[in-house]
Amino acid sequence: MTDSRKIVRVTNVTKSFKLGKMDVLALKGVNLEIETGNYISIMGPSGSGKSTLFNMIGGLDKPTTGKVFIDEVDIAQLDAYELAWLRCRKIGYIFQTFNIIQVMTALENVTLPMTFAGIADDIAVKKGIQLLEMVGLADRFKHKPFELSGGQQQRVAIARALANDPAIILADEPTGNLDLNTGEEIISLLKKLSLDRGVTIISATHDIKMLNVSDQVVWIRDGRVDKIENRDELSISVGEIGTKTAMTLHNSSMQQAVNMMVS
Amino acid sequence: MYSPKKTEKIDRLIVLPFMKSVEIAIKSIRVRFFRSIITIVSLVLAVSFLSFTNVCSDVANGLLSTGDPVHCKALIRYGYDISLEATSVGSCPKQQWIIVLSLLVCTVGIVNAQLMAVTERFREIGTMKCLGALDSFILKLFLLEAGIQGFIGSFIGAFAGGVFAILNFSIRFGMISLHTLSWSQVFQSVAVASLTGCILSLIGVMYPALVAARMQPVEAMRIEQ
Repeated sequence: MTDSRKIVRVTNVTKSFKLGKMDVLALKGVNLEIETGNYISIMGPSGSGKSTLFNMIGGLDKPTTGKVFIDEVDIAQLDAYELAWLRCRKIGYIFQTFNIIQVMTALENVTLPMTFAGIADDIAVKKGIQLLEMVGLADRFKHKPFELSGGQQQRVAIARALANDPAIILADEPTGNLDLNTGEEIISLLKKLSLDRGVTIISATHDIKMLNVSDQVVWIRDGRVDKIENRDELSISVGEIGTKTAMTLHNSSMQQAVNMMVS
Repeated sequence: MYSPKKTEKIDRLIVLPFMKSVEIAIKSIRVRFFRSIITIVSLVLAVSFLSFTNVCSDVANGLLSTGDPVHCKALIRYGYDISLEATSVGSCPKQQWIIVLSLLVCTVGIVNAQLMAVTERFREIGTMKCLGALDSFILKLFLLEAGIQGFIGSFIGAFAGGVFAILNFSIRFGMISLHTLSWSQVFQSVAVASLTGCILSLIGVMYPALVAARMQPVEAMRIEQ
């Protein structure tokens, strides 16, 4: 695996939805390349096509025109089995609403994707426990989702996403339903994973806290990629909008950045 | 560069072992106990009605087989539409229609309950699909769940209906009805009723399960709960 490998390649993707009798163009030709091991944030106001793009990358939706390659495989060419295979082994999903399966314990949630992948029960349980320990839930294997807090549920979701050692983790607003501190913990956990395991993390987000850890930020506006910023450029460009002083994104500039996004 | 080659695909197929799916199905039933109970109760009522009517016929046939006109008169008084020389009660069209109607209502009830169950679980289904579940896994889970519910419901229903029928006759006609009774006939009636219940339960879940299985994960996730 070379460093500069493109794990995700999106070329000229458009997507239109039928809204009543009108065709609404959610994506108007998006080009994007994502390198292995990076931490990418897709930012943009709601309605910008952010989630649509995100679903395309996750193989949850197919583009109207254009192509999405994951690991150099065109996902439009895959049949149902191969798509399921891709979702099971290549991609881990994390959602805003956690989506822990309510009827199962934390451990069972983590082992489920491994069961789908055909891994024997005892190995799956061992690995599940390991993963739960890694996300800091060592003593909560047997708990049902409703006995866990939001942050803990999201940790279970992260452990579950990692179950089959995916190449990509897709996080859709992973901190959207969490308070500030818990959100920060989840972000730093994701960042740690991306560094330790070399997993590519792609998150669609509104959360300015994410910018701090992202290697690359993709700004989506009105169905197009507005700009792509690498980490080193980031503070400068945010600086232009906010104050002139050098800053971290934690203090007052955060509010300004939020204002900018809302506008 | 990776591409899913045919040879690779075979040993890397997505699987859901049967025992695991049974485990998940039982868990789902236990967690949604109340809803399951409602589905099961509708099945119990319909099946017990079927079983009751059939076992009643069996007992009445047993009484008639004695050839004693006293029993025959008693049966006519009880409401059986038979002549004095009859050797078996048979089943009149009216009765059959009522049974068919009750079973039909029951099936519609099951479809309704299962559709609700599917709607309730859109998110869970979507999540499973995101984790790599195939359409067939979802189908399998729903069918198994309905199968288990059907089995429990029909068994309870058929048994209850049979017991009630025999009790009813032994109170009205005395112990003689038990002596003349052909137990193998009763057993057969109860078995037929159970089987009918199981089949109805599976038919009732077919459409909801297909709806669930064919759902695209994005649509499933889009639903707010």
